[in-house]
Amino acid sequence: MDYTVIIGLEVHVQLQTRTKLFCGCSTKFNPDHPNTQTCPVCLGLPGALPVLNREAFHLGMKTGLAINCEIPAFTKWDRKQYYYPDLPKAYQISQYDLPMSQNGWLEIELDPETREKKKIGIIRAHLEEDAGKNSHDESGRGQDSKVDLNRCGTPLIEIVSEPDLRSAQEARTYLEELKLLLTYIDVSDCNMQEGSLRCDANVNLHVHQANGETVPTPIVEIKNLNSFRGVEQAIEYEVQRQWKHWQETGLSLKDVPKETRGWDADRGVTLEQRGKEDAADYRYFPDPDLAPVTVTDAERERVSQELCERPADRRARFEESYQLSVYDAAVIIDQGLAVADYFETVAESCGNGKQAANWVTQDVLRELNERGLDISKFPIQPDVLAALLQKVNAEEITIKSGRTVFQELLNYPEGVPGIEQIQNIIEDKGLALVSDTGELDSIVQAVVDKNEKAVADFQSGKQAALGALIGQVMREIKGADPKAVRELFIAKMS
Amino acid sequence: MSVSLSQDDVLKVASLSRLKLSEAEVNSLGQQMGSVLKYIAMLDELNTDAIEPMAHAIEISNVFREDELQTSLPREKALSNAPQTDGNYFLVPAIL
Amino acid sequence: MSITSATASELLAKMNSGEISSEEITSACLDEISRRDGSINAFLSVQQEAALEKAREVDRKRKAGKPLGKLAGLPVALKDNICSEGVTTTCASKMLEHFVPPYDAHIVEQLKAADAVLIGKTNLDEFAMGSSTENSAFKTTTNPWNTAYAAGGSSGGSAAAVSAGFAPLALGSDTGGSIRQPASFCGVVGLKPTYGRVSRYGLVAFASSLDQIGPFARDVTDAALILGTIAGKDRRDTTSLDAAVPEYTSTLEQPLKNLKVGYIELLHEEGLHAEVKEATLRALDVYKSLGAEMVPITLPHAKYCVATYYIIAPSEASSNLARYDGVHYGYRAPHFENMIDMYAASRGEAFGDEVKRRIMLGTYALSSGYYDAYYLKALKVRRLIRNDFEQAFQSVDIIATPVTPTPAFTIGELVDDPLAMYLADIFTTSANLSGIPGISIPAGMSKNNLPIGLQLLAPPLEEERLLRAARMFERETDWHLKRPV
Repeated sequence: MDYTVIIGLEVHVQLQTRTKLFCGCSTKFNPDHPNTQTCPVCLGLPGALPVLNREAFHLGMKTGLAINCEIPAFTKWDRKQYYYPDLPKAYQISQYDLPMSQNGWLEIELDPETREKKKIGIIRAHLEEDAGKNSHDESGRGQDSKVDLNRCGTPLIEIVSEPDLRSAQEARTYLEELKLLLTYIDVSDCNMQEGSLRCDANVNLHVHQANGETVPTPIVEIKNLNSFRGVEQAIEYEVQRQWKHWQETGLSLKDVPKETRGWDADRGVTLEQRGKEDAADYRYFPDPDLAPVTVTDAERERVSQELCERPADRRARFEESYQLSVYDAAVIIDQGLAVADYFETVAESCGNGKQAANWVTQDVLRELNERGLDISKFPIQPDVLAALLQKVNAEEITIKSGRTVFQELLNYPEGVPGIEQIQNIIEDKGLALVSDTGELDSIVQAVVDKNEKAVADFQSGKQAALGALIGQVMREIKGADPKAVRELFIAKMS
Repeated sequence: MSVSLSQDDVLKVASLSRLKLSEAEVNSLGQQMGSVLKYIAMLDELNTDAIEPMAHAIEISNVFREDELQTSLPREKALSNAPQTDGNYFLVPAIL
Repeated sequence: MSITSATASELLAKMNSGEISSEEITSACLDEISRRDGSINAFLSVQQEAALEKAREVDRKRKAGKPLGKLAGLPVALKDNICSEGVTTTCASKMLEHFVPPYDAHIVEQLKAADAVLIGKTNLDEFAMGSSTENSAFKTTTNPWNTAYAAGGSSGGSAAAVSAGFAPLALGSDTGGSIRQPASFCGVVGLKPTYGRVSRYGLVAFASSLDQIGPFARDVTDAALILGTIAGKDRRDTTSLDAAVPEYTSTLEQPLKNLKVGYIELLHEEGLHAEVKEATLRALDVYKSLGAEMVPITLPHAKYCVATYYIIAPSEASSNLARYDGVHYGYRAPHFENMIDMYAASRGEAFGDEVKRRIMLGTYALSSGYYDAYYLKALKVRRLIRNDFEQAFQSVDIIATPVTPTPAFTIGELVDDPLAMYLADIFTTSANLSGIPGISIPAGMSKNNLPIGLQLLAPPLEEERLLRAARMFERETDWHLKRPV
């Protein structure tokens, strides 16, 4: 095998606005109530006119800046013309030659072991309106197709990468990093099930021949990629298909026009798609109904100020400032902005990043998972968790007791528990660490007296017997310091 | 600029325009478009290399609306002019 | 003067003095329509019941001394490419024969708020493409002065309605002269405002960067009156201009001092009818007699206007009319093989010849390989044309020109020669390409007893100046008082 895989991704992301790009209809995902979120504008009724949503442009700028794009001083709107039933005007308002952002990059980590990183170039990111949704008769009996225009006019930003990706895995990593970034900066929920993030992949091979020449194979655009796994599988499939095709036909980029194929997730294959327009001649021209947008340096500066720390930077900072492992930092960052903020608050106020990471990645995430909760709904506020961890740190309670308090806080019946509840629970449950030998001594003596056999076992060298004895004391006094109890036993039985 | 339109040219443009034309229409359109294009060719006299295109009659910029919800049409109004519906969706002949 | 030949301001005065009611005016108009529209064909639909109901409502309000809108009780006709909720809006096309908009155009809202009586929807060339209303799918409007002649177009129905006594006021749209040319042919005042002065929201688009709604009236005062009610910023039209609307009627009677009238040398204008030339020169003399300074100007790129226009307008039209595909509204062919065939058959069957011609031209001009040579080139020449006007308005206040090269032509005369029809737009398209306001006012009669108009042009947003200059001329002449028999 001697070829290089060349991949570029076109990612469509739905921007988090309340209303559509050019009208005041809701952008809510609402497939169960078709054609209830439309108006003359998004229905493309004769005489209706588009007016640009300020927030959509703002979120577009934020996205462009987050992927290190230039935001040109002048941008405009163009009509991309094709006929399809989900496109009622028979043109999509998009941006052609002067997009609102261009020439950026996104850095991905190729290998968590070596920490090797790579900058993926971004050609452009432009705003456009989404189409509606067609549903087809799957029975094959040629029944009518149905058209729902609820989604029609929803704002999208299309992010077009350079063909810098070299494997299906890289493509997936890029997409994951992009999704993480866009949810961090709060421009999109990137919900792939609801179609808020969709991806097309342009794939071909550069075949290295024995004579030293490199021949590019025809470019294939794979459509309908709506999961990370789908992106990876479709590209892997397509690479194999193209390699086989090349070996069979020897056809290169020059011989064949760009082909569009659809990913069939059920069958795990890409299939040739019939073109929407016989020849793809979109006849782009400037939309006379919309005014261009100009952006000043001051506005650009203001929007970049709004950007939070990018996830990649924050990941690195967590490793550095809180001495987190690569793994822990990644787990926390990948959970999204809110969890990372939660962690950071806990870490800062308890003063122990590693400990905070353990609790957040294990206890907090497990509970969120089990309860199907979002961190914003988590009953234990970060300052409360921090206070609890401080008590464990200060050896006021044991780790085990800490977990008991954690559970009690979770089950706190009256709203969100405050810091004072920690002490209440410790007192109620008698969890305070008891290391006062006077108090412990009599109980240890009583246990020794009651368990002649265990004592004999221990004395004959069976260490395990000691554990059972300690357990009895711990049951008696929940807050007993296990170290102190152990020492007392050894002293008494030796 | 080309000023004569062949039958093939006309058919290609008709297909892009989604217009089904009779043979007579193809012929007359070819002729009429040809004569208009011939007239239009007078613009070639002008050197416009240094001229910025003017897409709008009055050039303004930065016109926005706020991201505020407006009432949508009830479904029956949205569908009221459609040639074919099932009461919920617009219906079209099978796309696939 | 009879009800049906009176001006809107005369009728308003009579209603305010209690001499006449809106119901009487509306009934008189409706009677005139039923009596004579069979031969004029100005209307595609008449909203008789709704109009009478509104008239009675206004009469009640007036009697009760309640506050009234500026056009209270005045019948207004609407070109049938302006959407009004619940009223069929056909664009004179088989495509939209049964289309009922679920919303009002901005100007319809304004008219309703001004208590106007919306009396009916007027005929036009299909989708406003044409200069004679002969391209209507339903009927051809005739010229009220002589029914063998064309009323002009595309707003021929609105012009004829005002001229024939069917309504004192009407609205049309002007993309390349579609208000000014029929106004000139029918002997009424027709105003195309600055692009963006009046919201296009609800005007069915022909060529979006050129289309503008404007009024027809029997004199300049009425045109000023109705412009004041429909002009102004509308947040639903991005291109509508955010500029204050002056009280046009309040300054109308004040002559412009030191007026400088620009004119173009007409001697060499090819194909210019002698009577039109004469009327234009006579009009210049009127201004001279009023003390205005006559300034010869050159518009070096004027001869490229028609070519530029017939690239830009069809290009935008090809895109604006792509939505009529038989899916979401409009005509769907009864027989087809598959979805693509359904599109092509529906459009092929429902569009008329001129619409198809323009869609084809526009698609061609925008298609891959031709875009730069046609569309982009035209956008650049458009700037040169606009620059000519900017230059000219450095030294003059208004520009006076003919509206059309000839008085009204006969019905059928040009219908088979599209290019000849297009060339008749030579004096009007420049205002649309440049976005500037233009007005056509009655300024003469031909030997055949057909009206001849004078066109005045002003810089962007200078409608007030335009109307005052037009009024200066009107006060000195009686062309506007003539009515067809």
